[in-house]
Amino acid sequence: MKTITNALSLVCVGLLASTTVLAADVAPNDVKFDGLSVNESLTGAAGDPDSGRKIFSNRKQGNCLACHANSDMNDQLFHGEVGPSLDGVAGRWQEPQLRTILVNAKAVFTEQTVMPGFYTLEVGADVREDLIGKTILSAQQVEDLVAYLMTLK
Amino acid sequence: MKKHVQQLGVAIGVIGLSFASTSIVAEPVDDKLIIDDEIEMISRAKAPEGHPLPEVISGWHYRTPETRAIETDTFQNPGMLGVEQGEEIWNTVEGSEGKSCASCHDDAATSMKGVGAAYPKWDEDSSKPINIEGRINKCRVENMGAEAYKFDKGGQKPLTAYIKHQSLGMPVELDLSQGEMQSWWDQGKETYYKRTGQLNLSCASCHEQNNGKYIRADHLSQGNVNGFPTYRLKQNKLISLHNRFRGCIRDTRAEFPAAFSDTLMGLEVYTTWRGTGLSVETPAVRQ
Repeated sequence: MKTITNALSLVCVGLLASTTVLAADVAPNDVKFDGLSVNESLTGAAGDPDSGRKIFSNRKQGNCLACHANSDMNDQLFHGEVGPSLDGVAGRWQEPQLRTILVNAKAVFTEQTVMPGFYTLEVGADVREDLIGKTILSAQQVEDLVAYLMTLK
Repeated sequence: MKKHVQQLGVAIGVIGLSFASTSIVAEPVDDKLIIDDEIEMISRAKAPEGHPLPEVISGWHYRTPETRAIETDTFQNPGMLGVEQGEEIWNTVEGSEGKSCASCHDDAATSMKGVGAAYPKWDEDSSKPINIEGRINKCRVENMGAEAYKFDKGGQKPLTAYIKHQSLGMPVELDLSQGEMQSWWDQGKETYYKRTGQLNLSCASCHEQNNGKYIRADHLSQGNVNGFPTYRLKQNKLISLHNRFRGCIRDTRAEFPAAFSDTLMGLEVYTTWRGTGLSVETPAVRQ
């Protein structure tokens, strides 16, 4: 079943990648939080786990590996340890909660967490001028990461 | 909702476990910093009253064995080239008054001993704290008839390193009772905890909450400033404190304050205080 789903989402992404309709994305300020869940995909479609895997380790994108260890990336040196290991993360959280954590971790872990919000405009002071009003990741990149994290069982 | 809370509890439990399992690797290393088999440095000290951490630890303890070894040997320490350059500047006449630093201050080993452990100090003339870079510039303009050094330019870094090096091994201790030092400490503390940039991080996010842990290959230290100017191996040169402040703030994807601005002078007062009791290590060697 897992393979079928993965294959299916790959096909969906193949379609999406060629069209990339940004207007359909939920804007950062319009993301609907239902308790600890963001139930709906930010793009209206499932993400691409293979793309998500790349975003996870890319230092200029998610750079998740900077803070989180992940056995699925044992080919890469130096996994961070500021946050918890993400091995088996799909067994600890449901998809809508993982989406919330990625969008704005502070909505789940309170202001105390050092985890940046990757799709929020609730950011720190004095944001670099060219980044004002911009999120760290795009809606598509967040969905790709969600899809990837859901493979870490 | 209850289910969510339970899951959160589980997640936090997992966080705790994963930290416990890695903490052996991540601890600052248990080692003694002795320079040239002679000068025993205080690299761990009981924190001053009001400090959020129980113990202040030099960044030296967080570095690799190779990097640590370089600092223990002044012949190997590439920062010492800057110190030697600073000594030359100390003895070089500059400006309309025909003076060098040595003309008034003679042998820095005597006259500058302790200076690096006690700055920033209160400066009555400007009604602000003044750091060593600022004191050098004041002397150049008022006493030597020379131009002030621009940030990180001219002899600023080597001369600062040379002056601070005269206090090698002496414990850092600021006098916060001078002038309005305390209010600058307060302002510096605010800056320390202020979250900045798109990444929404403060100094405390890394250096207080997470010191001892790794961010990728980087072992997060307490961010103590007792070794500045510091020789950074990856940049192959001495790096000034305000350069490092700016680099850290920049990395949160924020606009960063000017060197020697009120914001960063407050931060220098506060972060220097956070390292109270640690030996001056200038020039420290870091990654």
